[in-house]
Amino acid sequence: MTAPTMLLLLADGRFPAGAHAHSSGLEAAVAAGRVTDLATLGDYLRGRLATAGLVAAAFAAAACRAAEPSHPRPSPSGEADQSRLRPPPNGDGDRARLTPSPGGDAGQVRRAALARLDAELDARTASLAQRSVSRRQGKALLRAGREIWPAASFDELPAAPGGPHQPLVLGLVGAAAGLDPAQVATVAAHATVTGSASAAVRLLGLDPYQVQALLVRLAAACDATAAQAARAAEEPPERLPAANAPLADIHAEAHATWEVRLFAS
Amino acid sequence: MRPEIEHDESVPHTHPEPGVDPHAPLPAAARALRVGIGGPVGSGKTALVAALCRSFADELRLGVVTNDIYTTEDADFLKRAGVLDPARIRAVETGCCPHTAIRDDIGANLDAVDELAEALGPLDLVLVESGGDNLTATFSRGLVDRQIFVVDVAGGDKVPRKGGPGVTAADLLVINKTDLAPLVGADLAVMDRDARARRGTLPTIFQSITEDPRASRVADWIRHELAHHRVASPVPVPAGQP
Ligand SMILES: Nc1nc2c(ncn2[C@@H]2O[C@H](COP(=O)(O)OP(=O)(O)OP(=O)(O)O)[C@@H](O)[C@H]2O)c(=O)[nH]1
Ligand SMILES: [Mg+2]
Repeated sequence: MTAPTMLLLLADGRFPAGAHAHSSGLEAAVAAGRVTDLATLGDYLRGRLATAGLVAAAFAAAACRAAEPSHPRPSPSGEADQSRLRPPPNGDGDRARLTPSPGGDAGQVRRAALARLDAELDARTASLAQRSVSRRQGKALLRAGREIWPAASFDELPAAPGGPHQPLVLGLVGAAAGLDPAQVATVAAHATVTGSASAAVRLLGLDPYQVQALLVRLAAACDATAAQAARAAEEPPERLPAANAPLADIHAEAHATWEVRLFAS
Repeated sequence: MRPEIEHDESVPHTHPEPGVDPHAPLPAAARALRVGIGGPVGSGKTALVAALCRSFADELRLGVVTNDIYTTEDADFLKRAGVLDPARIRAVETGCCPHTAIRDDIGANLDAVDELAEALGPLDLVLVESGGDNLTATFSRGLVDRQIFVVDVAGGDKVPRKGGPGVTAADLLVINKTDLAPLVGADLAVMDRDARARRGTLPTIFQSITEDPRASRVADWIRHELAHHRVASPVPVPAGQP
């Protein structure tokens, strides 16, 4: 695996991208009496992983792929095809594609790919509240990304008013950090479960060791989701996963109207 | 309050044109001065924000970001006090981590500051109220230019002695609710001595917002900091202009 420390830095809940303020639906699920203890938290996290987690991871991996088109596709055996990493024998076609060139062809291709991903993800997010939260989180991550990797071409993200969708920014941040799409998918899937789990510790006062043990039990499912997302990300944008949970959408809409909230989502 | 002055009509004197400030205008600053207001729960942070809004209402273009658990009562409080248009207030949710949002992961607060400027145009001063926390919570220098730490005498006169980064290092320490000192048996002289020992030359202000609803000495301190800020970060003059 390349860049293991970079992967850990991006996955760390202390990475300053606003994660601490989001329960990702858990605050609403707790208020509705649907998550009350460790067992119901486990169900909740599995549900998130299979729906929002899979979609976010697939779009993050696809955005990473769009940013770095030379990423090797995993061969059926799961091993990266190393030949694609080598520069072409003569000419610098790949180099040109990797150089940020706002007016250049490669830049335009990336812009178009990211705009399509943005539209596809919008279409998969039925709840307005969740769309705006995703964009706010994207904005927060973008702020961190610009500060940390000033040379990366974040300007190729679509200029949506509320900010770009978080998974798209994660893909570009991952690319800037030297991660490959599969690693980016892992970061996204991992964040899906750890964010809500840490909110549960704060909201329900659950035993942190028990919650960590639950996360350890979910680790394999998390890896499987990430792998599934990374494979899906090789498909064109319209074929990316669209798993959804209507109750989560309804909760998100209700949460956005609460007078007093501890979490932003 | 204005002292009563007897005019001796035999001495010729002139007044400056009323309504005209005889001083050269201060340069505008490139961006608003951002002042963090932190401190334990209930010490009077929101009351201080309201008092400063009263003081600066006709003087400065003001914005407020609050990390307080923000209810419509809070908005109503500022509105009823007639101190601030709700459009000038942005609330930030902190996910039960008030210190994280002002110190370790400041993006949501920076977004709120940016949104205020986008919605209202250039501002002179942005006050950022932290959620009530303990004595160890302080603001990141990446979020605010200056920070005020508010404690109250009702917490006991031991608080300055306990120290913590808010008490020892804040640019201004405010010891609030001095009107309550006799009721809770707090010795202001002890608090003063301990604050000096902890803070060296950094300033401390004792005040009661009940007695001074404009928090005039804190407002004066901010005016002074603002003047420095404007000199230190003036609006860049486009090339080719005198
Ligand atoms: N007697 C007295 N009461 C005060 C003074 N300043 C504030 N209060 C009262 O103290 C209470 C708490 O004040 P707030 O301004 O809400 O305190 P806060 O620090 O914003 O509180 P949190 O945001 O909840 O941490 C209110 O009831 C105020 O009216 C003061 O100088 N004297
Ligand atoms: Mg308050």
